[in-house]
Amino acid sequence: MSRINIELPGLQLKNPIMPASGCFGFGREYAQLYDLSKLGAIMIKATTVETRRGNPTPRVAETAAGMLNAIGLQNPGLDKVLAEELPFLEAYDVPIIANVAGTEIADYVEVAERISQAPNVHALELNISCPNVKCGGIQFGTDPATAQQLVEAVKAVSTVPVYVKLSPNVTNIADIAKAVEAGGADGITMINTLIGMRLHEKTGKPVIANGTGGLSGPAVKPVAIRMVYEVYKNVTIPIIGMGGVTNAQDVIDFMSAGASAVAVGTANFVDHFVCPNIIEALPSKLDELGVEHISEIIGRSHR
Amino acid sequence: MIRNERMTVVHQAKIAHNIFELTLQGELVQDMAPGQFVHVRVGDSFEPLLRRPISIANINKDMNEFTMIYRAEGRGTELLSKKQVGDTADILGPIGNGFPVDAAAPGSTALLVGGGIGVPPLYELAKQLNARGVQTIHVLGFQSENVAFYEEQFSAFGETHYVTADGTKGTKGFVTNLLDERKPEFDVFYSCGPLPMLKALEVQFPDKEGYLSFEERMACGIGACFACVCNTTEAVEKDYVKVCSDGPVFPKGVVAL
Repeated sequence: MSRINIELPGLQLKNPIMPASGCFGFGREYAQLYDLSKLGAIMIKATTVETRRGNPTPRVAETAAGMLNAIGLQNPGLDKVLAEELPFLEAYDVPIIANVAGTEIADYVEVAERISQAPNVHALELNISCPNVKCGGIQFGTDPATAQQLVEAVKAVSTVPVYVKLSPNVTNIADIAKAVEAGGADGITMINTLIGMRLHEKTGKPVIANGTGGLSGPAVKPVAIRMVYEVYKNVTIPIIGMGGVTNAQDVIDFMSAGASAVAVGTANFVDHFVCPNIIEALPSKLDELGVEHISEIIGRSHR
Repeated sequence: MIRNERMTVVHQAKIAHNIFELTLQGELVQDMAPGQFVHVRVGDSFEPLLRRPISIANINKDMNEFTMIYRAEGRGTELLSKKQVGDTADILGPIGNGFPVDAAAPGSTALLVGGGIGVPPLYELAKQLNARGVQTIHVLGFQSENVAFYEEQFSAFGETHYVTADGTKGTKGFVTNLLDERKPEFDVFYSCGPLPMLKALEVQFPDKEGYLSFEERMACGIGACFACVCNTTEAVEKDYVKVCSDGPVFPKGVVAL
């Protein structure tokens, strides 16, 4: 019997590990490296109604134990994702969590309604937290009332459970979490990146063409852990935690703080096999802790 | 096929100011082609965090060895330059589409134009072109004499011209100045270097077949993160390309310059 399977709304996870949206494309590249069926789930790159070309380059900059990115939600658009990307992933025994983005509520509703009907999409992740696009995204994630309204609209059309990805760039993340729960969200994913900036040593100007970018990587883990810890106390819906996860201990930390599953983002760029490596390392981590099943770890910081 | 291997350092030497030559041994070498690159993790810590894309300068399949030539200018490459014989390095590769060697027919002449740290991948290319009976002319541009390298190695394969911005070695100015002056006869050109140089070559040789190798900031190196995306010209159907997985080498006229 598996010691690391997790059941969440819409998701029967073989293990609690999944690549985070935006760090794994639509899976094609990593499929050249390992069998995607090993993963608990895959959070695919944000999909919008229309094709998005993204921001000018440079789009990334390295920082101390982290990186900034401002890709700008580049994606081929809903039609192509439905026709080409999701069918490719059907070859693998892995549930897909479709990240949904837009500039107004109607965009989210259109993407959610259609993408939730794809056979391998088992859940949606509403992206109300992308810091890198001029309109849409983050403004839905910084005001509780707007966030709730968006969740209600999407819940009305989605045929699969709806998770909401929260932004850390807010004064009180618990307020947003409670609002999306009130709006009918089935779960929360958190955190998206922290808005940051790196300056060029010689010119003093921002390195990233967009000026600001989203900070990710090991540097943000303490912030993410604190926020998962806080949100867990304030909602009853499950949390998928993320932010600087690079190894099995990080997974234990996020689950202890209250996450039921964990996404891996930036670490996929550093160790391209990090997800299967963590999955393999989890059982011995449970042995060390004297725990039979990984679900026993969830929220133990609060007990 | 892209694989991840801990390769062993068999040689490291400083060959010019801040320029290092590093030879690694391992199985990945068997899959390597000229113009491809490897994605190097310089240490096991989170600082620096990301891998460094570095071009392949020389491939020796008999010995299972390849050489890279890089400039130590940031924390990552400085740490790499400290590696000693017997140390290991975490290498992901080989990555990308390299220079098409068969675009030059045996008996024809190829012009190879490199700028700065864009020169190294042209060495393996020159080697393979000569092996198939293609004559190569090399035009290599550097900032200054103290950062120039591989004169003997390139000269062994064919006519080699140096250009330096400050005139300390060869012709003073840019590679395009020398090409204007000398007007070499050739059938196809290959180039790797800074964008202004690649752009100048496209303008200078509108009627020649040419292949250009690009550089862009990367994160994943395999096409998943969309960091290294370039706009394309109207001549091609795709509206963007990724330097890491679609390139780094593209036929002239694909990337909007």
